[in-house]
Amino acid sequence: MDTVLKIILQRLALGIVTLLIVSVVIFIAVNMLPGDFAQAILGQGATEESVAAIRRDLGLDQPLVTRYFGWLAGVVQGDFGSSFASANAASFSGTTSGTTTVAQQIAPRFGNTMFLAAVTAAFAVPLAVGLGILAALYRNSVFDRATNIFTLTSISSPEFFLAYVLILFLAVLNPIFPSLSNIYDGMAFGERLNKSMLPALVLTLVVTAHMMRMTRAAIINLLASPYIEMARLKGMSPMRVIVKHALPNALAPIINVVALNLAYLITGVVVVEVVFVYPGIGQLFVDSVKTRDIPVVQACCMIFAAAYILLNLTADIMSILSNPRLRHPK
Amino acid sequence: MIEPLLKMRGVKIEGRSDDKWNPIINGVNLTLNRGEVLGLIGESGAGKSTLGLAAMGYTRDGVRISGGSVEFDGIDLLTASAAVKRDLLGKRIAYVAQSAAASFNPAHRLIDQHVEAPMQHGLMDRSESEEDGMDLYRKLRLPNPDEIGFRYPHQVSGGQLQRAMTAMAMSCRPDLIIFDEPTTALDVTTQIEVLSAIRDIVTRFRTAAIYITHDLAVVAQMSDRIKVLLKGDEVETSDTRTMLSAPTEEYTKSLWAVRSFLRPAKPAVVTGTVPQLSIKNVDAAYGDTPVLHDVSFDMHAGRTVAVVGESGSGKSTTARCITGLLPPTAGQILLEGEELPASYKKRSKDQLRQIQMIYQMADTALNPRMSIGQIIGRPVQFYLGLTGAAKRKRVDQLLNQIELEPSEYFNRLPSELSGGQKQRIGIARALAAEPKFIICDEVTSALDQLVAEGILRLLADLQDDLGLSYMFITHDLATVRAIADEVVVMKDGRVVEQGPKAEMFTPPHHAYTDLLLSSVPEMDPDWLTNVLKERGVDNIGDAAVDKM
Repeated sequence: MDTVLKIILQRLALGIVTLLIVSVVIFIAVNMLPGDFAQAILGQGATEESVAAIRRDLGLDQPLVTRYFGWLAGVVQGDFGSSFASANAASFSGTTSGTTTVAQQIAPRFGNTMFLAAVTAAFAVPLAVGLGILAALYRNSVFDRATNIFTLTSISSPEFFLAYVLILFLAVLNPIFPSLSNIYDGMAFGERLNKSMLPALVLTLVVTAHMMRMTRAAIINLLASPYIEMARLKGMSPMRVIVKHALPNALAPIINVVALNLAYLITGVVVVEVVFVYPGIGQLFVDSVKTRDIPVVQACCMIFAAAYILLNLTADIMSILSNPRLRHPK
Repeated sequence: MIEPLLKMRGVKIEGRSDDKWNPIINGVNLTLNRGEVLGLIGESGAGKSTLGLAAMGYTRDGVRISGGSVEFDGIDLLTASAAVKRDLLGKRIAYVAQSAAASFNPAHRLIDQHVEAPMQHGLMDRSESEEDGMDLYRKLRLPNPDEIGFRYPHQVSGGQLQRAMTAMAMSCRPDLIIFDEPTTALDVTTQIEVLSAIRDIVTRFRTAAIYITHDLAVVAQMSDRIKVLLKGDEVETSDTRTMLSAPTEEYTKSLWAVRSFLRPAKPAVVTGTVPQLSIKNVDAAYGDTPVLHDVSFDMHAGRTVAVVGESGSGKSTTARCITGLLPPTAGQILLEGEELPASYKKRSKDQLRQIQMIYQMADTALNPRMSIGQIIGRPVQFYLGLTGAAKRKRVDQLLNQIELEPSEYFNRLPSELSGGQKQRIGIARALAAEPKFIICDEVTSALDQLVAEGILRLLADLQDDLGLSYMFITHDLATVRAIADEVVVMKDGRVVEQGPKAEMFTPPHHAYTDLLLSSVPEMDPDWLTNVLKERGVDNIGDAAVDKM
C-alpha cells in the first residue's frame, strides 16, 4: 500500500501547486477585465474624485502584487474577502453590519449547485454505464445504434433547446414537474427534489452520451483479449463475460470520463440555471462578472478550479486503485 | 466398437481479410478416442489453433466454419445452440491457452477464476471447488498450493501460471482439453516442469487431449498420435513412434531434418589478439534494482558468441549496455581495445555505426508506415551520407545480400511481408551501417523452424563474406549448437560459465549449464520419462519451490 499512498500524496501535492498557478492566472485575468467596480457602479457621469474614493475604500489603488498576496493570505485562511457590491451598499447606509462576506454569499449557491449535480449524477452515471454495458453486449444491433443515435442527438442539441422541449412536454402539456426551480433555504428535501427535477433531466441528457460511449468503447476494446476468449471458452454467458471479466479492467477510462462530466456539472451549468431560474453558483458568477465584483468572481473561479482538480484527482486515485498490480504488489 | 469422443469430418474453415473469405482449413478429418492425446503440429499459419478451437465449436471473430461436421460425444457442435455449447464448454471441453499471463484475467485472483466454471456450471459450490483447486495445484506440483490461488496473476511466474491454467481446465474434470502451445512462451527449464505436470494430470484423470505445438520434440513426449498440418491440409497422421522413426511424407521428413544445420567450429583464437568487443566487469541496474553483476567476456572478429540463459538472466540487458542504451553503473565496454563512452549519447557517429542490432520481433522493430526502401535507406544516408542514385544502388545491393529481389521489395510496406522476410529486412538495416559487430537478440525465436534455419544460414554466409562478429542472444540451445563459436551462459545477471562451443557441450558442466542442456527436449519419445527418472520427479517440484 506504500506505493499507492506515495502516489496519492504526490498527486495531492501536484493538485495544490496547480491550484496555486490557477489562482495567479485568475487574479491576473480578472484584473485585465476592462473597467472596474468603481466605474461600473458610478456610471459614466462619475467624477474622478468619487471613483478614486471608492477605489481607495476597496483597496483597488494598491499595486497588483500586494493585492494578490493579501487576497491569497485570506483565501488560505478561508476568507474570500467581502463582496464589493454588499460593502458598497453597507457604506451607503452608513452601517457595517450589513456587509456580507463572499463566503456567505457563495455558500448557499454552491450548496444548490452541488445538490443539482448530485441529483443529476445519481441519474446519469448508472444510466450511462448501464447503457454502455448493454450497448457493448448487443454491439452493432438495433439497440446499440438506437442508443447511440439518441445519446448523440441529446449531446449535440443546445442545452436551452433541450430545456424548453422538456418544459413543453413535462411541465406544460403534462404538468408533472414545475418549470421553475426557485428553490430556497429550508425547503423540504422532497419539494427541493421535485423542483430540481427538470434541470437535472436536461443535464442528464447532456452528460450521458459521453460516459455511455466511453463505457461501450472501453469494454469493446477489451473483447479481443485472450482472457475474454478464455472466459467464453469456459462457457460463461455473454453478460457475465462483460460484467465480470471486461468491466473490472475497463474501469480506469470510465472513471476518468465520469469525473470529467461531474466537473462539468459543477462548473458549466449556467445556461440551465438561467432557463429554470435555479439559484446556483453559475448565475452568481455571471452576475458578478457583469458588476465587476472581483472578490466574488475570483472565489467562484477558485471553486471551479478546485472542483476540477479535486474530481480529476479522485478519478486518478480510483483508477490507480482499480489496478490490481498497484493494489497487490508482488 | 466404442464411439470416438470427438469426430471432425471434412472441416472447412475460412477467415475474412481484404473483404473476402479465404480458406484456412481445407477439409480436415480428425478422430479422438477417450483418454487419447493427439499431437497437432505444423508451422505458424498451418491452422493448428483454428482447428483446435473448431474442435470446441468455437471460432474467433472474422473466422467461420464453412463446411464439415464436428461431433463431440454425439452432439453436433456446429448446429448446437449457443446455450448447449456454453453448457459443454468449460465443463466437458476445456482450453489451455498459449500465454497464461494474458489468458488469466488480471483483475481477479487465480482461485476466483478457477472456481468460476464449476460454480457456474452448477457442479460444485464455492468451498468444494476451492478445496478441489488446491488439490489440483498440489497434483500439478505448484509451490504453496494452499496459498497460491489467492494471488493475482501478476504475482505468479509464467511457468506457475501455465500450471494454474491447466488446473483451471481440469476444474470440471472435462473429457477433452485443448492445449494450445502451452509451453511455447516458457524457458526450457520451466517447460520441462510444465510438460511433466500436464502429462501426469492428463494420464491421472484419463482426459483426452489435443496438444497443439510447433515443437516436434515436445509433441513427441506428450502424444499418443501425431497429426501434421501444412497450410490447412493434413499431411499425415500416425502413432508417435512410427511418425518419428518412419515418416512417409516429404514435408514431414523435411521437418524432421531441420535440426541438421551445423556450422563447423572455427579454429581457436590466437592468444594475445585484441578482442573486437570486450566487456569488462560490467554492473548495471534498472533504477535501484541491480540486474548485472560483474559481467565480463570477449568477442573476437569474425566469430559468433552465443549468450544463453533463461528470461531475466540479463542477456538483453548486457546488449543494452553494449549499445549504450543503458549506461553500466560500473565496468567498461571496449571496442577494439578502446573504451566506449557509457551512454550512446556521448559516442561518435562512427562508434555508433560499428555496433548494430537485430531484434526479436521484426514486426514491431520495423516502422509500419515506411517502405522497405526507406527503412534500409535511412541508415545508408545517415551513416554513409549516400543520397539519390548511390543510395538506391546501395539499398539494392543490401536487398540482394539478404536474398530479396530489389525491384519487387523496394516499395513494399512491412505489413506485406512474411515473418521471415521482415527479419531479413531487419538484418539488411543492420548491415546498411556497415558495422563490424551485430547483436542478434533472439532473432529466430519468433520464427518457424524452417524459416529460422534460413535466417541462420544467411547470417552465417554474411559472416563469411563480410567478416562480421555476432553476439547471439538466445534461449534455444539448438540454435547455439548450429551457429556459435563461443558460448556464454548467464543466470541471474552473472556469467556462470563461458568457453568454446565444443567444451560447453561436453561434460563436466557447471550445474546450471547441465540443467539447461538436459532440459532441451529431444525427439526421443522416452526423453521426458528418462530425464524425470534421472532427476527424480520430486526434484522438479523442489526446483519450482526454489524459484519462488
